[in-house]
Amino acid sequence: MIRILYFASLRERLGRDGETLQEFPATLDALRAELAARGGAWGEVFADEQRVLAAVNQEMASTGQALKAGDEIGFFPPVTGG
Amino acid sequence: MDVEIRIQPTALDALAETAPVFTGKASVGGVVSFIGLMRDLNQGDEVSSMTLEHYPGMTEKALAAIVDEAAGRWELEAVRLIHRVGEVRPQDPIVLVAVASAHRGEAFRACEFIIDYLKTRAPFWKREQTADGQTRWVEARGSDDEAASAWEKKS
Repeated sequence: MIRILYFASLRERLGRDGETLQEFPATLDALRAELAARGGAWGEVFADEQRVLAAVNQEMASTGQALKAGDEIGFFPPVTGG
Repeated sequence: MDVEIRIQPTALDALAETAPVFTGKASVGGVVSFIGLMRDLNQGDEVSSMTLEHYPGMTEKALAAIVDEAAGRWELEAVRLIHRVGEVRPQDPIVLVAVASAHRGEAFRACEFIIDYLKTRAPFWKREQTADGQTRWVEARGSDDEAASAWEKKS
């Protein structure tokens, strides 16, 4: 099982703030592809990788990162603090 | 080094929060602080309020990592980094970065480094409400990415 969190404009566009997946792919890239394949807003949001950042266990993630049971994955737009 | 990092939903008294970085620390020779304020204008539109959201848990880790990196680059005596979340209005302080060091050069550089990195690495997002009642998410700026990446080449 993995836990996914969606923040800011992503949360609004997807209409949810998170979910858990019992079955999950081996990598972050595969997870992005799986979410994009849901179509509709999911396809639009996850089509543009530059605009969707990801964190695994609250650390900024890079492409090719492996996923394991118990991971927390956060998806969000480029940050705008300060 | 004395470090205090906070994320708070309540008003930020930036001037009162700056004093503790040097009070009672006789080794401090200089303090540099940056106060980020909400403006009433963005992209040509009048903005009446703004709501700041963050990623609880990750934000604290990201800010601590930025301060650690600053402390590794420069000799610092104290750092205080406070960021607002929730609703803010024009003139409200959004962020305070206060850095104390024995000498000014280290304090100036570390303060700018911390705010530049915070802008691109800490998971905060702003949604603004314009005077005509529209709400919109603030877009990230390319100039912020450039400012942060410039630190990879200098010290």
